[in-house]
Amino acid sequence: MKKNFSLLSHRAGAAFLAPAAALVGVFVLLPFFWVIFVSFTNRTLLGKTALNPDFVGLANYFQLFDPATFFTRGQFGFSLILTTQFVLLSALVGQALLGLLLAWLMQTIPPALKRIVETAVIAAWILPEVVIGFAWFAFLDYDNGTLNMILRGLGLPAGDFLLQQPFWVIVIFNTWRGAAFSMMLFNSAFASIPPSYFQAADVAGASSWQKFRDIGLPLIRGHVVTDLILITMWTFNVFTPFILTNGGPSYRTELLSIYNYRIAFREFDFGKGAAVGVIIMLINLAFALIYLSFGRKKAKAVQE
Amino acid sequence: MRLSFGQLLARIGFSALAAIIGILFALPLIWFIFAPFNARAELGIAIPDPWTLQNFMTVFGNGFAMRGLLNSLIQSVGGVILVAAAATLAAYALSRSSIPGKSMITYILLLFSSVVSGTAAMVPIFLIVSSVGLMDTHIAVILVFAGGLLPTAMFILRDFIDGIPKTYEESAMVAGASPVQAFFDVALPVIRPGIVVVVVWAFVNIWGSFLIPFILLRSDDLMPSSVAIYSFYSEAGTPIVTLLAAYSLIYSLPVVALYLFVSWKFGFRFFGGIKA
Amino acid sequence: MASVEFQNVTKSFGSFNAVSDISFKVADGEFICLLGPSGCGKTTSLRMIAGLETPSSGKIMIGPDDVTHLHPKDRQISMVFQDYALYPHMNLADNIAYPLKVRGESVEKRHKRAKEVADVLKIGDLLQRLPSQISGGQQQRTSLARALVYPSRVYLFDEPLSNLDAKLRLEARGFLNHLQRDMGMTAVYVTHDQAEAMALATRIAVMDRGRIVQFAPPIEIYRRPATTFVANFVGNPPMNMIPVEGIVESEQLQLRAHGVLVRNLPLSQGIKAALGKGAALTLGVRPEHLSMGTINDTNTLSGNLFANENMGPEKLVTFERQDGGRVTARIFTDDMVETTENVAFTFDGAHATLFDAEGKRIAADGERPL
Repeated sequence: MKKNFSLLSHRAGAAFLAPAAALVGVFVLLPFFWVIFVSFTNRTLLGKTALNPDFVGLANYFQLFDPATFFTRGQFGFSLILTTQFVLLSALVGQALLGLLLAWLMQTIPPALKRIVETAVIAAWILPEVVIGFAWFAFLDYDNGTLNMILRGLGLPAGDFLLQQPFWVIVIFNTWRGAAFSMMLFNSAFASIPPSYFQAADVAGASSWQKFRDIGLPLIRGHVVTDLILITMWTFNVFTPFILTNGGPSYRTELLSIYNYRIAFREFDFGKGAAVGVIIMLINLAFALIYLSFGRKKAKAVQE
Repeated sequence: MRLSFGQLLARIGFSALAAIIGILFALPLIWFIFAPFNARAELGIAIPDPWTLQNFMTVFGNGFAMRGLLNSLIQSVGGVILVAAAATLAAYALSRSSIPGKSMITYILLLFSSVVSGTAAMVPIFLIVSSVGLMDTHIAVILVFAGGLLPTAMFILRDFIDGIPKTYEESAMVAGASPVQAFFDVALPVIRPGIVVVVVWAFVNIWGSFLIPFILLRSDDLMPSSVAIYSFYSEAGTPIVTLLAAYSLIYSLPVVALYLFVSWKFGFRFFGGIKA
Repeated sequence: MASVEFQNVTKSFGSFNAVSDISFKVADGEFICLLGPSGCGKTTSLRMIAGLETPSSGKIMIGPDDVTHLHPKDRQISMVFQDYALYPHMNLADNIAYPLKVRGESVEKRHKRAKEVADVLKIGDLLQRLPSQISGGQQQRTSLARALVYPSRVYLFDEPLSNLDAKLRLEARGFLNHLQRDMGMTAVYVTHDQAEAMALATRIAVMDRGRIVQFAPPIEIYRRPATTFVANFVGNPPMNMIPVEGIVESEQLQLRAHGVLVRNLPLSQGIKAALGKGAALTLGVRPEHLSMGTINDTNTLSGNLFANENMGPEKLVTFERQDGGRVTARIFTDDMVETTENVAFTFDGAHATLFDAEGKRIAADGERPL
């Protein structure tokens, strides 16, 4: 028998892996296959089909993609398009750009100010979602809310934004909530650039904008891609706006995650809910594959 | 270094811009500084007159809400222990053993952990939990969180362990230690900062989460704070502002404390996405 | 202490042979250096003695025991690592005493022994510190103390001095030499620094691409390098290697190349054999064997001055022959090079080392062991 030495034998390694494998298997891998299975049935929470669901083929999917109702509010297509817009505006534009701007500002401003600003941005990110939801509810209140108080103080018209502009509210809300991640990722990316690169540019007489465009940005390109894909995936799956708007008024903020919840746990149509879940997972899969292939390419480039 | 006038102006401009953004971020949260201490708080910002702890007293008297904090603690601590223990062992195996296909395992884990989100999998998770008869139990919430957080936790820890020289364990073994001794005497203490990161990360995630307990729990006396907080809404669905504010503050404290702890201990470095 | 023996050991990683069929024996009490450039297989060989790699084929013996497949902990060896591998969470005392802890010694005994060893290494006052709180040189001595704290059959060193700055390295090297004289330990020491190997080893194994090219005492490696590879690797600056054409005139050997005029070398059996295969030879001359001369001397190397570096007690003069090949001479600082063109250096024919077309050294007739 010829066995290579390693710090952990195969048997010990397998034993070390076992608990995690069991948990991940039951609560991550199994749901993946189960949701596909359920999406082909008419399973419901209550009633006859709860225990003995029938196989209905692609009926749930046909229902979701029914052209007659696809774009109607409260239907799948509407939520899908809404979610796409939500991701584009709040993640790709809002979080990423704001995060990048913040990270760049952090490089130049005095440390005391940096700490304070960072704390505010990170607080928005780490506090529990129900607390944040309530904070925004209070913030946006028509009569007494901080926002309208400021607007009135500036002589601007107040507004009941949760009713008038619910979509823009959740876009701004999500930008505010998640910018910290991008900021920290870009912060650490900038920190990994040797200061001498910027000093050399200083000596050459570059302006702050030129340093950002010619040195900072190109060197953190990889981090930018990582950031964009991660926040896209997270924002695509986010459920937090539910706490602020319940998906309303009249479905105007019903993101795919909230739509899925309503179908499965308010209308108790598990089959259809599962079909929505499958589509969400397919979209996640696409992003994940892009991300992982990019990560592999980067790992290879590092090795070479 | 002497700054030219233009550079100085740019610095001031940057600082002003940063300050404005900071204020915008803080605005929605300022209300929380005052309202909990104001017995007559409303949704507007008002300096309490007088400052009082009366709201907290009322909240402490609310058995359901207090029970919620305990439930949050049970679920978070249970989930954290499971995640940290299983992830440490698994990440160590992935990093140090030569099990065939371990890079494939890591790849698949990463893939599935990002594909199977709570949002996408709420239906099957509900069905799995109910089919094994764990519906409406702490264990269900703990297990579901453990499963969901494990892939990322393993990934963070594997990265961390990969960064630790193998010579630590090698030197221990050459000096006469068995693999188990080398793991507990040498590797585990060195990995500990990584485990702390995972513990904090998992705790913050479970403590703050809403959807999973919302779906998996029925009984009032099992609900964590994120759900129990809705007991401060009146029958008509309007919030009792004073109590909500006080409760929110209490509920947020552990998260804030952990943030301060990490920030003090590690200078809040970035750990590859502390929140999933 | 015990001997170490490699019997036809090969180690491959995939299709790459890190170590190819090497055999050698380290006698009890010998200090062996494995010397070579990175990737030559020296560290892999050392790790196989430690048990941290398993040979793909062949056998490794420590003393009378076949240890080829034995776990590191059962080999009764100690090893000093390049990065020291000091446990950051333990103070120096616990670090040094860790091997005793896993052997089940009592706390008092452990700390007493750790203190003894630490005192010898002059780190006795630092035992309560953490590794992060001491200097690099002290860390190096701590890792040495951990290796010395328990009785061991073989001491393994994996480039233990390479993380030290030049001055500390000399000091630590001297100490290791002293220790070896004192203890007479069996040691296998991996290094890419030829000066370290020369200073410490009783014998040096020069390795190249997974094989041992020469295994001999330092002085033999230096004076009679087996191949051009060894000649290039040992010595600082290395031996000057000049491709030349060998011509026989009146039963004597003449060497010709641009800027090379070597006359009347003895025509040995080896040279005759080499010339039988072709006239291309390589002439090797160590820089310290060159001295200032004139074009008319018997053996001269000449060219235009390229660099003149003052080293303190001596200086390095480099000149470029017409074909672009450079030659370096090491001369006394007080010897002045007056011109920059046609600088000529001369050497004693006895100091010429000749290599055949395959790069192997050609032995002189009647060579005696050094």
